[in-house]
Amino acid sequence: MGNDVVRATGIEKSYGRVKVLDGVDLSVAKGTVSALLGPNGAGKTTMVRILSTLVRPDAGEATVAGHDVVREPERVKQVISLTGQYAAVDELLTAEENMLMMGRLGRLGRVESRRRAAELLTRFDLVDVRKRLVKTYSGGMRRRLDLAVSLITRPPVIFLDEPTTGLDPRSRQTMWDIISELVAFGVTILLTTQYLEEADRLADKITLLDGGKVIAHGTAEELKSRLAGEQAELSFADAENFDKAVVDLGDSALHRDPERRSLAVASDGSAAQVRMLLDRMEERGIAVATIDLQRPSLDDVFMSLTGVERS
Amino acid sequence: MRLSWALNDSVTLIGRNLRHLPRNIESLLMAVILPVMLMLLFVYVFGGAINTGTEYVNYVVPGIILLCAGFGASMTAVNVANDMLNGIIDRFRSLPILSSAVLTGHVVASLVRNALSTTLVIGVAFLAGFRPTATWLEWLAAVAVLVLFVAAISWVSVCLGLIAKSQDAASGFTFAFAFLPYVSSAFVPTDTMPTVLHGFAEHQPITPVIETVRGLLLGTPIGNSAWLAIAWFGGILVASYVLATYLFKRRTAR
Repeated sequence: MGNDVVRATGIEKSYGRVKVLDGVDLSVAKGTVSALLGPNGAGKTTMVRILSTLVRPDAGEATVAGHDVVREPERVKQVISLTGQYAAVDELLTAEENMLMMGRLGRLGRVESRRRAAELLTRFDLVDVRKRLVKTYSGGMRRRLDLAVSLITRPPVIFLDEPTTGLDPRSRQTMWDIISELVAFGVTILLTTQYLEEADRLADKITLLDGGKVIAHGTAEELKSRLAGEQAELSFADAENFDKAVVDLGDSALHRDPERRSLAVASDGSAAQVRMLLDRMEERGIAVATIDLQRPSLDDVFMSLTGVERS
Repeated sequence: MRLSWALNDSVTLIGRNLRHLPRNIESLLMAVILPVMLMLLFVYVFGGAINTGTEYVNYVVPGIILLCAGFGASMTAVNVANDMLNGIIDRFRSLPILSSAVLTGHVVASLVRNALSTTLVIGVAFLAGFRPTATWLEWLAAVAVLVLFVAAISWVSVCLGLIAKSQDAASGFTFAFAFLPYVSSAFVPTDTMPTVLHGFAEHQPITPVIETVRGLLLGTPIGNSAWLAIAWFGGILVASYVLATYLFKRRTAR
């Protein structure tokens, strides 16, 4: 078992003839954040639903806090909380009533429920609206309440299914702050996301899922280092200069873009190397319009691994 | 300990549904206004032309009460469908609770909602000249029959809510319940209908309930209607409860 709170091996799940998960392995170490990253339809949600006992896998084994999700679902339920893709809060109750209801269902006493509700509503900045019906809330407020509700019983393992999908940038930032804060309290988090930036920012480990299979696993840095190092992108004012540069640089050009009249060469990012490059262009009488140093992003990793064009 | 937890969960979830009642004011009004409008329509517009051998308002009120209760109970379908569709059911299911207590919560709330709306409808009926002859014991018996009726229809509605793929589909079901009472002895004596309809109206389960309530409140002959009503709706109650439990398990199948 080691240090892993969540551990899954060879998980498979099909719906009809569609294989949603095809032998997924996953592990999350205690007190860390892992991200399940992938495009829509990659199987992220199904994986989380299996780990939270809502869906039974066709094959494979999964344990949460040492409890088997198929054989001991009740045990698993006692240590997890699930925050789904759509805010699962009661629209016709107030924030406070939602909190108290979940506290009671989570076997907290009346007094403890009240205390925790007050504490979480404060922390999630919902105190002023706690007496309002949830149906009057904005998307961001709902998500915050959703998360607050799921935390009332202090679950040590938290599953977040696309916690910021559909949120505006500011609400997203708030959610990120909240999630980072949670980690400081020692909980273990598995989140799914289709945003590379989100995985990069929040997760210690990233598992890249595509078409129901794990296609890469590691820290954000490890994934980035799988790609070539930095690149210097040169762009030219006209086609004549661009063509001359193409001829001159030959195979050392990593990629060429005739439409934008730009090409990229490998670079170590040092000033000396950039100066040499520009000197060489000058000697050949090729006018360079701009030069741009680029570090590979997770997007690049994602594209090179999945072959999917991401917006 | 287990039992007290189950009780705690049920009480909590019933509380949830009871809180919904005053906040779902449109559907509560709908459940009251529709029957009241119908009652006024039948008593003052059609009533003069319908010969039932009694004061028509007395004849029609038991039918209106049933219509009101049936329609009100069928709204449970929409509420259940809502829960199943909007994701809150996953939240309940990821908790270590008896998640089918969610359904019980809806049925209890339906009973309370119908107690309120039926009381209101009876109040309006009195204003329109309804004069029952029942003793308090007969009133109690009538209430008991109505509770059985509402509980049975509520569980049937739970089943429909569990089957419905959308909220609209669920609300479509409720209309069936609003129209079923027309083809019964609710508004006109069944022997005035064409043979086919007459046969259906005479033997459909709502007719014995209406006849029983009418007999209890107004002293008309009940015959074997009471037993038929209890058998029908006792049977429907048990069957739909079992079916609802099954459908809930299937819908939330892992």
